[in-house]
Amino acid sequence: MSTQVTAAATGSLWEGGRSPYLTNSKKFGMWLFIISDALTFSALLFAYTYSRVSNPTWPTPFHFSPSIIFSSVMTFALLTSSLTMVMAVHAMNQGNRSAAARWILATMAAGATFVGLHLTEWMNLINNEHVTPFGNEWGVPLFGATFFAITGLHMTHVVIGLIYLSIICQAVIRGKFKAEDVEVAGLYWHFVDLVWMFVFPLVYLMSAKI
Amino acid sequence: MSAHVEEIHSHGPGIPTFAKVWVALLVMTGAEVLLAYEQVPTLIMLTVLLGLSVIKAALIIAYFMHLKFERLSLFLTLFPMLILCIVLMLIFLGDAYRIPNMRPPG
Repeated sequence: MSTQVTAAATGSLWEGGRSPYLTNSKKFGMWLFIISDALTFSALLFAYTYSRVSNPTWPTPFHFSPSIIFSSVMTFALLTSSLTMVMAVHAMNQGNRSAAARWILATMAAGATFVGLHLTEWMNLINNEHVTPFGNEWGVPLFGATFFAITGLHMTHVVIGLIYLSIICQAVIRGKFKAEDVEVAGLYWHFVDLVWMFVFPLVYLMSAKI
Repeated sequence: MSAHVEEIHSHGPGIPTFAKVWVALLVMTGAEVLLAYEQVPTLIMLTVLLGLSVIKAALIIAYFMHLKFERLSLFLTLFPMLILCIVLMLIFLGDAYRIPNMRPPG
């Protein structure tokens, strides 16, 4: 990496044969994935928005308690997990593997809390409000379809993130992988947090029933 | 951004910066929840929520995802295209508004 940095720092960036981004290929690969995944989530959120705009009777089923309180705590868990992930990358950059592993475990704990709360919230919606992906009592089936598609895809990302972090964590403990690997995993985790920053207000807060 | 090029690994933001960003994100989330609790008119609420979300996203990308401290070329390669594609998705918004008026009565 350091020789690459030195070579890339001299001469024009765009002549080829150099590293115009001054970053390793894993990180750049993750950035490309994040951009494409951002487009996927954007498309889903736009589909949700258009379904909502074209249905004047769109339901607003999220009571402040428990739905909004639950989703707010979930947001807090994800934001905090992003902070602990940053701390893990920071510890790894300083060569402190045990601290990095502890921070990654803290990140995973917050992520698992998010998934647990989210599933509880889903069950509340399914059992008490009788919303499924295919229908509901308000006669707007698109509500359930878009809600479960968006939050389900996001939860899938969180679960994949948990698996990803567990692999990284055990490797860090065993002295394998470098700081950049933890950083790349961190990029993915922050992206999952980032997506929730749009899902939470658009799906939950805009459908709050006080 | 390019001023930080040679110091990517040695001089990133420190722990106090990350903590400040985290607090800022929490405060903005709190403001969003308060807005929902107060039942502000839909259009104002949507505008403020989206504005706050974009600021939160920018903070996460810049500090947590470290993009502020990467080369400007990385940002320029990734984000203008992303923003353009997202804005292009607005092209169907007019159709969505027209659909409720196009339904046959009854």
